[in-house]
This record gives sequence, structure tokens and C-alpha cells, in this order.
Amino acid sequence: MEVLERYEPLVDDFESFRAACERPLPSVVRVNTIKTTVERAKQALAEEGVAVESTWHDELLALPESQPGTNWPYVHGWLHGQEEVSAVPVEVLDPAPGERVWDACAAPGSKTTQLAASMDDSGTLVATDSNLGRISALRSNAERLGVTNVAITNEDARNHSLKPFDGREYDRALVDVPCSCEGTIRKNPDTLEEWTLSHVEGIAGVQKGILRRAVQVTRPGGTVVYSTCTFAPEENEAVLDHALETEPCELVAFDLPLDSAPGVTQWGEESFDPEVAKAKRIYPHHNDTGGFFCAKLAVTES
Amino acid sequence: MTSDDSEAGSGTTDAENQSHRFDRLPATDEERRVEGRPTRAEVLDWWAERFGVPPERFEDHTFWERGSGKIWAFAGDAPTPLEIESLGLVFLRTRREHWKPTLEAVQRFGGHATRNVLDLSRQAAATFLAGDDQELDWDGDWGYLIVTNEIAGEREPLGVGLYVHGELRSQVPKGRRRDFRED
Repeated sequence: MEVLERYEPLVDDFESFRAACERPLPSVVRVNTIKTTVERAKQALAEEGVAVESTWHDELLALPESQPGTNWPYVHGWLHGQEEVSAVPVEVLDPAPGERVWDACAAPGSKTTQLAASMDDSGTLVATDSNLGRISALRSNAERLGVTNVAITNEDARNHSLKPFDGREYDRALVDVPCSCEGTIRKNPDTLEEWTLSHVEGIAGVQKGILRRAVQVTRPGGTVVYSTCTFAPEENEAVLDHALETEPCELVAFDLPLDSAPGVTQWGEESFDPEVAKAKRIYPHHNDTGGFFCAKLAVTES
Repeated sequence: MTSDDSEAGSGTTDAENQSHRFDRLPATDEERRVEGRPTRAEVLDWWAERFGVPPERFEDHTFWERGSGKIWAFAGDAPTPLEIESLGLVFLRTRREHWKPTLEAVQRFGGHATRNVLDLSRQAAATFLAGDDQELDWDGDWGYLIVTNEIAGEREPLGVGLYVHGELRSQVPKGRRRDFRED
């Protein structure tokens, strides 16, 4: 937990923040609207005596006393276990049916399948991951949920190729990058044991490369959402600052029905483009969720 | 030598199925270039004849083969051939005498089926989902059936069963099995 001390200058109520980080999170499922409706999923859970609590998002149901995978609606592909706050970036990206969308770091597929549902399982959703083992989990999740609009590629997202698809650009891209995962501490209390500053700095280089590639393959006027589950400004605002400097894009303000803090413009000796304040930092004590960071970018003419 | 021509292209060489890439199914026999590859028309006819699912249900989907007789359904269009990891969902296996839909295809499209659909009680559905075979009366055809379960007040497709000799043989793949039996 000492790692978290470095964020004391950033967090409004640090004691509440620390206390929230030590509480476990309840199970949450997302209703798969490709196969059913929220009403029918609730009815099916009620038939089995599974207690359900509502959340900030209609399609997300908290199961305070139950595990997601042990009931009939799950085996029909109606439900998918997904942490509450991890539904944020797809909500912000808001893809429409028929669009072309890229999910740059897709496995194991909670957000990929949420994107597919948001697109009514139409259009084309290209889902990329660099790890074949994780792709097998992604495939299994996508198939279980009946997703048919996803095309999966195995490559380093920094070098994502449009060649297989005749060079067509995307309308939207989700860049939910691998990160130091500090924000998942409530689910994985061991997350911070392996934490090192050099890992944070190393992975920030990868994150910058992936975000730049996403801007390059998205059409002018298109939208890119960048998200992480870490509090580290090196992996958040610094990555945005780099993209603003090197690629034709700008940050866009957005609304979210969750409490959050603005992106930080100062971290130690570093200062960032003031526009990064349009990003949102979601701390665990804000809404009793995991921690998260999310930014929305518009691609401009180069 | 295998041809790089797509099924829809003008190639006349006898091509073989190439297991590492996706090739779009030819629309009809006339466009077929790879021997043994089913056509889109055959796939649509099969769903209509076997399960009564009308072809209109698939009008937004393209069909592809990767791996011998492994047919994938994709909700859109893409250039053919395509060398990627996965395209839509695996939906039908066609290289054996009897074609077999996947559990995922049946859950996704089987709600429109009107025949060769076997409705199970909750208890029988639990046995099926656990991967166990069971003796059952069934007046219809032998072969692959769509098995349904009642949930939230309606019948919903759960998976594929093979009915032979008075027995329903569960075809639920190991990774999808769950044991919800109450004993």
C-alpha cells in the first residue's frame, strides 16, 4: 500500500481513498443485450433467487451475494462478469451500429463484448491483442456472448496493420492499455507488490505508441478513448500530453454519471498540456468502485 | 500449387482449403473453386430445412471457411481471403456426412427455429448442461437437435443434442458444461 502514498498530493480525501482501497468489491455482471434485455435478465436472476442491486449503468447489475458464472442466465450467454468502473470507456466511446471500431488491447474481452453490444452486433469491430493465450480467452468470451461482428488480430497494437481490411480507417478506437493496474487493488490485493517505477516508465512508452497508432488509424472527425486502471500520471496525463504533441488530435470534455476528479496538469517536476484536465480520474472512494482513468480525444485533420 | 484467388474471383486452378486463412464461401455451385467447400446457398438451405430458420435471418451475415469444414458467421463484409485469428463466430461443421451447428450458433440463431427443437424440463436441461446423456422420448427426426430450456418465461436455445436410439446425447463442449443438478 506504500505505493499509494505517492498520490497523496493528488487525492482530495486521502484517508477515505486508502480505506476504500482496502475494501473488496462486490461481483458485478453486465447484461448482454445481444441475447436478451435487462428486464428479462433481472427476471431470470430473480427466478433463481439471486439478489441484484442496481448501479450507475442500467446494464450493470451488482450481485452482492453471488458469483456471476453459476446460474442459468450466465450459461445462456445473457451475463458477463465485469467490474463496474470498467464499463466507463465504452460508454464514453459510444459506438453506433454499423460503424468500424478498433479495440487496440482487447483480451480478455469484457470491453470488446460491450462494444459489440453497443454496436448491436453490426458493423465491424477489429479486436487486437499481442498475446495468443489471451486471445483464446477473448474468443471464448465473444462466442459465449454470441458476438458475430468481431474480427480478431494477433499483433502489437503499436504496429496495427490496416492491410487485411483494405486500409479502411476506423470511426472510433478504444485504447484501454495494459498498465500498472493500481486501480484494481480492491480485486487483486497483491497488485502493488510487484510495483516498480521502472515498470511504470517502461509501460508508459508502450502506451504512448498504442495511443499514437490509434489516432493514426482513426479518420479525422473520429473518436479515440484512452483508459487505464492506474492512478500513475506517467501512464495517464503524460501519455495524453505526448499524443497531443505528436498526433493530430484534441481532448474533448465529456459527462459521466459518476463522481470523478479532473486530469492533473502537474506531477512533480512535470507539467502537462492544460487540456489534459478534460480527462477524468475516478478514485475508489468516489463511487465505491475500482480506480480508473478515462480520456476522450477527437481526431483532427493532419 | 494452391491458388490465391478468392472464391469470388476468376481463378480456375483447383485450390485447396487453406487452414490458416479465412475464405468467403462461394454464393453458389457455379462460383465454387475449392472442392468440397459448401456454398452460401447450401448453408442457408440447411438451416431452413433442418431447423426452419428462414434465410432472411442471415441476410446481414457473411459465411467463411477456415480449417476444413469449419464455417464462421461474420456480421459484415471483409476482403477475402483474410489472414487473421478469428472472424465472427464458429457456426457450423460441414466436412462430415451430417452437418453440425455449434452451441454458440444455436444460442445466437436457434431462437428462430421451428423444427427439430427439443424442449427440456429444467431437470433434463441440467443433465444436458452437465454433459450427460439421457433416455428421452422424441417423435421427430434423429440427428442433431436444438435443445431449449425455459428461462424468464420463454423457451431459449441452450445447445446441441444428438438424438439416436431413444437417447439424447449432450454435445455441450467441456468448457461450457456446468453442473446445476440438485442432488
